[in-house]
Amino acid sequence: MSLKYTEEHEWILVNGDVATVGITHHAQDALGDVVFVELPEVGSSFEQKAVAGVVESVKAAADVYMPISGEITEVNEALRADPALANTDPMGAGWFFKVKLSDASQVDALLDETAYSAFAASH
Amino acid sequence: MISVMVLHCPWRNHLSADTSALLNTPLNALHLELGARMVPFAGYSMPVQYPMGLMAEHIHTRAEAGLFDVSHMGQLRLVGTDAASAFESLMPVDVIDLPVGKQRYGLLLTDEGNIIDDLMFVNRGTDIFVIVNGACKVNDIAHIQGRIGAKCQVIPMPERALLALQGPKAVDTLSRMVSGVEKLVFMTGASFNWQGADLFITRSGYTGEDGFEISVHNDHADLFARALLAQAEVKPIGLGARNSLRLEAGLCLYGNDIDTSITPIEAGLNWAIQKVRRTGGARAGGFPGADIVLGQLDGGRTLIRKRVGLIAQERVPVREHVELQNMQGVKIGEVTSGLLGPTANVPVAMGYVDLASAGLGTVVNAIVRGKAVPMTVSAMPFVPNRYYRG
Repeated sequence: MSLKYTEEHEWILVNGDVATVGITHHAQDALGDVVFVELPEVGSSFEQKAVAGVVESVKAAADVYMPISGEITEVNEALRADPALANTDPMGAGWFFKVKLSDASQVDALLDETAYSAFAASH
Repeated sequence: MISVMVLHCPWRNHLSADTSALLNTPLNALHLELGARMVPFAGYSMPVQYPMGLMAEHIHTRAEAGLFDVSHMGQLRLVGTDAASAFESLMPVDVIDLPVGKQRYGLLLTDEGNIIDDLMFVNRGTDIFVIVNGACKVNDIAHIQGRIGAKCQVIPMPERALLALQGPKAVDTLSRMVSGVEKLVFMTGASFNWQGADLFITRSGYTGEDGFEISVHNDHADLFARALLAQAEVKPIGLGARNSLRLEAGLCLYGNDIDTSITPIEAGLNWAIQKVRRTGGARAGGFPGADIVLGQLDGGRTLIRKRVGLIAQERVPVREHVELQNMQGVKIGEVTSGLLGPTANVPVAMGYVDLASAGLGTVVNAIVRGKAVPMTVSAMPFVPNRYYRG
């Protein structure tokens, strides 16, 4: 398993050819209280960096980008029902969706924890 | 992801183009000490939220008392025996008959009858005390000076800070510090004293709750704010919650819901035009754009669009600039403010629609990311006002 990050403030936990995606602590903190999420449809496919979802707080809306190309295998229905999970447990119960990777080589180019922390501190 | 946020920021219209030249209010050090997240707004560095967060700040204000720094707003005085009649010539509002100690809502209009700014003014006997929007204050002062500067003195008051204390516990809190404020009723004001500092306090605000707005000299603002925050019921509230509170209260935000392309009648602000200034009144007309505004009010000119309240039938926030369509898929208007109301607990919005779609109960479609979200045209406020009228 490897945990990676994007410059769009998503995290991606890769386990074999399936990955779980969510927004980072930094992202939820910048957004504030999350009140709405729009999740992709299971079975739909997206290219890397395509918009796959939306996350909204009272004050702002932001797109959720696909960190990696692939097919959506599962979405977090609990998050849809209780969007505040993105604030209270962004790296755990507040996950957004799972993806079956179509190009595992994309993983290597993503940020590791150290690189992301440095990036987030300056953005 | 975060880069998208500015595009959807409700205060985008007010963002200063040059962030290097931001001004600070007298409470800047206090905001930083409290851990506020600061953003550019109307040329000032202002707190958008404190560590408690927008949602909790909003709920706290409706339950207890919230302290807002609104020192970016413009304060000015009009002085002279002709000040009231001169000021009245700029607005469709009764200024002359406003009794001493009373406050009123006013609108500066262009010669086309569109809204330059909305404002509050008080007849203080010796002067007319005016509060205008921060983002508009430079233009407003130039406009007022240019139009009526020969008839009265127009005196900006940059030496004064402005605080708002809002919420059901505001009166208990403030009267503990400043005895007598409890005697004020909604839309009245008077001078008070706190530890040697003179305060001008009105019972009014921008949240729909009971509360006060307090004008205080810059030199005393920090101490006074700290004394308020030392009261158990009071928490600091940022601009984010200020926006969600005012929207639930059905109040317009200048730059979003009203601007120089909108008349008071299109905006549904007919209540702000007293009988004496309307057709048939003793001082009918005589303000910029009177033909257009009174024509729309009387029905002689066709009103094409109107501001309405909207509640979404699905739990999807509908924000400004979202297109509104009728059931036939024809564009009929646009949302000007919208968010998930923290107290209303549904997505609320206001926007402009064609007159045919403006009736209460009409269902229109908001097009959010290509999908139709049905919204019902609804009465405002979305959360009942709780003003203290005595």
